[in-house]
Parts: sequence; structure tokens; C-alpha cells
Amino acid sequence: MEEQAIDREWKKGSAELLLLSLLEAVPRHGYEIGKLIEQRSQGALTFHAASLYPLLYRLEKRGLIQGRWVEKSGQRRRRYYQLTAKGRKVLAAQKQGWERFVEAISRVTRVENA
Amino acid sequence: MLDWNAEIRKQLAGLNLAPAREAEIVEELAQHAEDRYRELESGGASESEARRAVLNELTGHELLAAGLRGVERTDAPEPAALGAAGKGNIWAGIGQDLRYGFRTLRQSPGFTTVAILALALGIGANTAIFSVVNGVLLQPLGYPNPAQLLKIYETTPEFSYASVPYLDYLDWRNSNRSFSDLGIYRNDDFNFTGAGEPEQISGEYVSASLFPVLGVAPLLGRAFLPEEDRPGAACSVMLSHRFWQRRFGRDRNIVGRRFALNAASCVVVGVMPESFRLRDAAQVYVPLEVWNSPELRMRGSSPGLMVIGRLKPGVTATAARAEMVSICQALARQYPATNVAHGAAVISMKDDIVQSIRPTLLLLAGAVGFVLIIACANVANLLLARSTARKREFAIRAALGAERARVVRQLLTESVLLSVGAGVAGLLLARWGMSLVLAAVPGSLPRSGEVGIDLYVLLFTLIVSIVTGILFGLAPAFHSANANPQESLKEGTRGAGGGRHRAESVFVAVEVALAVILLSGAGLMMQSVWRLLKVDPGFNAHNVLTMQVALSPKVMASPSGIRLAYRQILSRVTQVPGVQSAAIASLIPLGDSDSEIPFWQGTGPQPPPDRTKLAMFTIITPDYPKVMELPLRRGRFFTERDNLASPPVAMIDDVLARHLFPGQNPVGQRLSLMVVGPVEIVGVVGHVKHWGLDSDDGSKIRDQIYFPTMQVPDKFMADGVTGLTLLLRTESEPMSLVSAVRAQVAGPTRDQPIHAVQTMEQIVSTSLAERRFTMLVLMIFAATALLLAAVGIYGVMSYAVTRRVHELGIRAALGASRQEIVRLVLREGMRLAAIGLGFGLLAALALTRLLADLLYGVRPADPPTLLAVTVLLGGIALVACYIPARRATAVDPVVALRSE
Repeated sequence: MEEQAIDREWKKGSAELLLLSLLEAVPRHGYEIGKLIEQRSQGALTFHAASLYPLLYRLEKRGLIQGRWVEKSGQRRRRYYQLTAKGRKVLAAQKQGWERFVEAISRVTRVENA
Repeated sequence: MLDWNAEIRKQLAGLNLAPAREAEIVEELAQHAEDRYRELESGGASESEARRAVLNELTGHELLAAGLRGVERTDAPEPAALGAAGKGNIWAGIGQDLRYGFRTLRQSPGFTTVAILALALGIGANTAIFSVVNGVLLQPLGYPNPAQLLKIYETTPEFSYASVPYLDYLDWRNSNRSFSDLGIYRNDDFNFTGAGEPEQISGEYVSASLFPVLGVAPLLGRAFLPEEDRPGAACSVMLSHRFWQRRFGRDRNIVGRRFALNAASCVVVGVMPESFRLRDAAQVYVPLEVWNSPELRMRGSSPGLMVIGRLKPGVTATAARAEMVSICQALARQYPATNVAHGAAVISMKDDIVQSIRPTLLLLAGAVGFVLIIACANVANLLLARSTARKREFAIRAALGAERARVVRQLLTESVLLSVGAGVAGLLLARWGMSLVLAAVPGSLPRSGEVGIDLYVLLFTLIVSIVTGILFGLAPAFHSANANPQESLKEGTRGAGGGRHRAESVFVAVEVALAVILLSGAGLMMQSVWRLLKVDPGFNAHNVLTMQVALSPKVMASPSGIRLAYRQILSRVTQVPGVQSAAIASLIPLGDSDSEIPFWQGTGPQPPPDRTKLAMFTIITPDYPKVMELPLRRGRFFTERDNLASPPVAMIDDVLARHLFPGQNPVGQRLSLMVVGPVEIVGVVGHVKHWGLDSDDGSKIRDQIYFPTMQVPDKFMADGVTGLTLLLRTESEPMSLVSAVRAQVAGPTRDQPIHAVQTMEQIVSTSLAERRFTMLVLMIFAATALLLAAVGIYGVMSYAVTRRVHELGIRAALGASRQEIVRLVLREGMRLAAIGLGFGLLAALALTRLLADLLYGVRPADPPTLLAVTVLLGGIALVACYIPARRATAVDPVVALRSE
């Protein structure tokens, strides 16, 4: 129960960063994004539809990403999201902030451990 | 496949999302759920386990709803472009509908152009006719309280509307109690000199009471005073706005200036306002008593005098009519010699102007409605064809929850957009077309100066456009809205739909039927006009030039001066190369003036009025019969020797000869003419259709008497000076001689202008103006109808061929020859055309009867006309079907079958 709470707190702070960075190189649809987060975190982080989509919609609304319906032959159409120019700037800023944050944490914890 | 949509919708239910947005979210999440479900299933989970897991992830702990609420609720509900707007306000989202409509129409410019063109023709034609109906029939006359204004005619045994003797008018004016006052006027031509270039102008003699009766105040100066309208008064004059502008450059100090009219010096007392139109051509107004003609003092003579009265408030026209009749009865008792059987006809001034044209205009208004219906049917067909192509779009909308009514509204918005666009184009078309038609047939319409685009016309066009849009949009809209989404989505773009096909066929048949009616009407009118132009008028109109001449003020001082001037003008113009003969006459046949003289047989005193007859009276110089090529039946024409020194003579026409001298030789017999006295008949000439090519045969006064100009008594000589006509027979195109003739008439002093130059052929054609107007307008309508019907048949048949490609392919594969396929397609198309033709002919038989009064020499149900219409429309239908039929034979069976 406690672990789940921490997980949620972590996710809340980092979810935007995760989503934006997954969309940095190629447009992806929602299911793919959820799948990639799960795979790359080796199951440590999971986003279910119930939390993933509201987050996507929020980012879209803020103009950081843009969704577009794409129809591929033999498939039902899917909504692909891609980074907007504004999204790219925000991602760069968040990445930098995150790195500074991790750096700071590790400096503090390193001192204790040493 | 599991249906995730319902579950997801349930989750979203509380959020009140805009329908379109909700549909999008449902689609995306359902896709996700499906992917997840397949993943779990392939990972080994059972169907029910997988399903439960997916649902849990999707909807567990109300997370989805909570998460979405934060994002989506802040959105204002987005209006649904796809036709699922909120209930309640019917106008909600109309802006969206309009934007969407614009976009849709812009996406198919071909369709939009054709539809707008067809509708613009229909709406434009309706606008044009309405602008005429509005200006001529609906708009009140431009006087204060126009309903109080009545025109009063005298009725005689010969005429139901005759002009009024001045003495009768004076009695009417003094004894009536119904009218606040009466006014009287008569038009005449004036020789304008003494202020720049001399000019022959048209004007009006008016009583001093006329302008107050009409309620029109002058723009400058004042109206005539009663003492200016008394015998012996010096000439005063008022100017029309146009004349003031044209000749005096709107000089505001014009009042008090002098110029000469018919050599008499006149002082300007006022200028009438621009809007004043008693008669369009009138340039000046002069008090009637200034005319000072002996005819004003003769109770039996009514030289074109018209009477207008203004009713006292509260008095009805019926009461006024009754009073006028009793006044006339009293006058008949008092003056039996002149007034027996004379009464009064009282009609509203507006009816007086428009009553003859009213049936024609109402007829055209009906006919133009047909043109619009044809255009609507055409565009409805286009929309139907389009709705098949758009089936998928509507199916998706319906699947996404669009209400039917909402889809209908969207489609109607599109059709109203189309028709309003067409309305704007139609308005331009109407303006342009109407001025072309009016210019093509001058003189065909009373009040034509008031025909134009005003607020009423704009409103009419707007309403017609909107109603039209709804009318032609309804069938296709309901057809589309009724589409079954599942069927349509499955079918793809290959539409069938028997109902659509039936509607389309009905529309085409209706188009053909209406085209038959319009073509029949136009055909009958064309035949009438053509037959009328072939009618022998009794003279040869070819190569005759006519013009009005004004004599120099210098020669008008004495009757002998006038006679000399006539001779000089005639001898000078006869020397113009190309002029064969020349004459001067007091009247031209088929013009708009006439002059009757009472006459009786023998040389005794005037018998009682019931034994006195009236004859058309034309005063001519000797060469008149030569110029007009009148046939001489007996005796001789006038010569130069028929002058004041010789006994008075006359020529009569063969109609009078038959009436008065059946079986005898009239030459040498004697007649008495009122005022002139006894004359000897020296010749009998052919009858001239003076009253009109069609109406002369039925008119009451057909007897004709000619009298030599040189025997006109001195005291009447000056009266004949104004409004006399010079006629020339020419060797070639008459108009090419105008400038040479003008120079010869002007004379050495250059003060004898000519005006109203017309060829006799133009006069004949103007006499048919109203019929030619009707014919021209009906022809334009019929041509439009024919074009639209042809396009309609072609469109339907093209579509039918496309629809039957598969079937035709199979037939071709099974060995059907090209001819057989052509025949197959033709049969379908021609069946529609035949149904339309059948119903159209039946309707034409019934409706062309309304034309009966306008026809001449042809009956409404004229078999040759109906046959010609059938052949023409049938032929055009055949061509319209043949083109798609040819295309059908090009169907490659392999391609057709593969397209399945």
C-alpha cells in the first residue's frame, strides 16, 4: 500500500517527462506509450488507460503534443500523438531540471553514504 | 469482438462532454481496450479474466472519470459539426452549420457552380418579373393619397373610354359634389425657340387646377394661377425637371425667364420636381386656355382632353361614378345635339394606367414560377446524386449519435446557402436581363420608369431564395437523413436506393412537363406575332421614313405662310437623293393618336346625333397615297389643284364606300363633314388598319375620310401646325437619309427642327410592343426551361448508366451488342421524357387558354404548335439520353465486373 503511494507520487512528478520523452523521436499512439513505459521500466512503472489518457489529453490541451487520427490499411484507425514545437522546449527544460534534481539528490545521498 | 464502447460511455456519462469529443474519446479508449485485451489473451488469460482485467484498468476506482474531469470539464462544450448539438435551442450551432456548409460547397466547385447557375436563372427570372409587377402593379402612384385620384372619361356609343369635350369638363367641374376638384390636360408638341438650339418638344396643356388636384407642388417657383388659365391670358410655362436640367443646366434663376413656344413668348413660372411623371415625354406644361383653339368651344369636339379628379375625403369611387352618370344625363337633356347617349366612365388613376397590362404580367408571373420549379427540380436531383456520394458521411454522423433532425438542418443549411448565393447572382441577372428586355421592346410597359430593384424586390428575392432552398433541399435532406448507417457503411460508396431513383425520375418528368407548358406558350406567342407581322396593314411600311416637323415661328403668323412652308418643305425634301416621294399628314396609322370627325350623307343640315357617324379623319398632301402605297379603288387621288380656289373634295376608304354606297359608285357623291362642310368624293382607296394590326377589324370606327391639307380653312390652319408628320418613301434604308432630310427641313433660317424620327416599320413593330414583350419573355423562360430540362435528363441518365455499369457489363459479357445497350439506356430515359411530355401536353392544353386574349390567328390548343413542341423536346431528350447511352457501350465487361 505504501509502495503504491510512493509509486503514484513519483509518477505524478515524472509522468509528463516520461510521456514527452517517449514522443520525442516518433509519433506514438496511447497503447504503445503505455506499453513502452512498462517495458523500459521493466515493469516498475505502469500506466493504465485510466491515468494515461487524461494525462495525454491534458498535454494536448496545453499544446505540448498533438493527436491525429491515422488510418493504416487493414487496421482500425488510431490516434497518434506527436510533440509540438512548444512540447519540445518544455521537454528540454524538464529534462534539464530532472537531471539537476537527480544530481542534487545523489550528491546529498552520496555524502551520507560516504 | 467485445463492445467496449458501452462501458466507456457509462464512465463518461457524468462528464457532459460535447458529443463529438465524447465520440472521439470513446473510439480511442475502445481501441486501447481492444489492444490490451488481445495482449492479455495471448498471454494466456481466459476470455473472462482478460475482460475483467481490462475493465478494471480502464475504469477502476473511477480514475478515468476523475482524470478526465480535470481536463475536459474546463472545456466549453464544443458545438458539434457533425449534427449532434444539444437539444433545446434550435439556433444553437447554426453558425457552425453555415461554416461547415461553406466548406462543403467549396470542396465541390463543379456541383456548386452548376447548382447556383440553375437556381440563379430561376430566381433571377422571378426577381425580374417581380420587379416589374412591383413597379407597375403594386407600387402606388407617386402622388399624395393616390387612392383618391380618379380618371374620368366620357363614354360614347363608339368608345367606352373617350376623351372629354372641354365644355363638358367645365360643367362637370361646376356641378359635381364628389370631387374636391377636377383637372384636365392634353398632350401636344411645341416648337421651342428663343433659348439656344430650336427644338420640337412634347408637352402638356394643363388646367390651372391640375397640379393642385394631383397634389404636386413645384420644385421651383409656383404652379399656374387661375387667371393664367383664362381665354386671352399671356403664355406662362412650367418646366419638367428633365427639360430644366437638359436645356437650362438646372439654373435656379430660371423663374421669370422667357422663351418662345410655337412662336408665342412664354414666361417661366415654375419647375416641376424630378419625381413628377404625368407622362414621361412631357417637357413643358402650358395652361390649357393658352391653346386658344376653337375646338375648346365646341361641345362636340374633344381634342384628346383627359380629366383627373380627386375625391373628397370620405366619398367613394362608386358614389362619384353614380353622380357623374346623373350629371351626364342632365347634359344630354340640355345638349341633345352633342351629348345624347354620352356618359362618364370613372376608374382609379392607377387602374387606368395598368389595367391593360395586368393580365399579361400575372400570366408571366405564373410562367416564371414554372421556371423556378424546374430549376429546383434540377438542383434537387443534383443534391440527390450528391447525397449518394455523401452517404458514408451521414452514416458516420448517425453512428456518432447525430439526431436526424439535426442532419436535416445541416443539409437544409447547405441548400439555403446555395439558393441565397443564387439569389445574389439572380438579382444581378434580373437587373441586367430586365433592362435588356425593356430596351428590346420599348413602349411595351406603362410605368416602366418605376421598374427597378427596391427594398421590396430585395426582400422578395431573399424570401424566394430561402423558400427555394428549403423546397429543393427537403427531399434530398430527408433521403440522406434516413440512410441506415450500417447499410451505408457496409456498402461503401456504391449506392443503390430505389427511392432515390424514383424521386429523381419524378423530378425529371416534372421538368419536362413544365418545359412543355412554357414552350407551348412561347410557341403560340411567336406564331401570333409572326402572323400579325404578316397582316396587310393596308399600306406598305417598307422604306418609309416618318418624323414630326415644327414650322419656323416666322411662317406661323399667317395661314398662307403655313401653306407655303408646307410646299417648300415638300419640294426641298423630294430633292434629297434617295427620296422618291414626300407627304405631310395629320395622323400616322398604328401610331398612338387618332382623330374622328362627325359626317353625314348629302349636303343637308346636321341630322340628329344618332344619324351622324364618326370617321377617322386624316388631312394629307397629294402624295400621301404614293408614299404609303395606298391602293386606289375608284376615282382619283388628290392633286395640287385641290386647294382653296377649288370646291372641297375628299377621299374615302372602301369600308366607308361599302357602308354608305353599297352597290353604287361613291365617286361624285357628296358628304358633309362637321366644321368643314360639304365635300365631293373624288376617290376611293383601300382601308388602312389604323387602330392596330389585330384590333382594327373589331373596332367601332372603321370608316376613313381623307381631306386635302390645302383646303383646310384658315381658322384651323394653325391647329394643324403642331404634331404634323412628314412621311417619305425612300429608295433604300430610310434611316440613312435622316441627316440630309433634317438639313432640308430646317431650311435657310435653320429653325424648323424635326423629332420623333421613326421608320414606318418601327411604328408597326411598336404597335405590337406588348405582345412582343410577352413573346420575348416567354421565349426566354422557355429556352431556360429547355436548357434546364435537358441538363436534368442528361444528369439522371448519366447517373443511371454509372449505377448500372455492373449490369451493363454483364450484358456485354453475355453478348449484348452495342445497339442493344444503347437501346436499353435510351428506353429508360425516353420513358421519363414521354411521361413528362404526356402530362405537359395535357397541362398545356388547359393552361394556354389563359393566353387566348394575347393570341392572334392561332387557337390555344394549336396542334402544329403542340406537335412542334413535342418534337423539339423529344429530340433534345433523345440527345440528352444518347450521350450517356454511348458511354454505356464503352463499358468494358472485365472492368465493370471487377469494380464489384
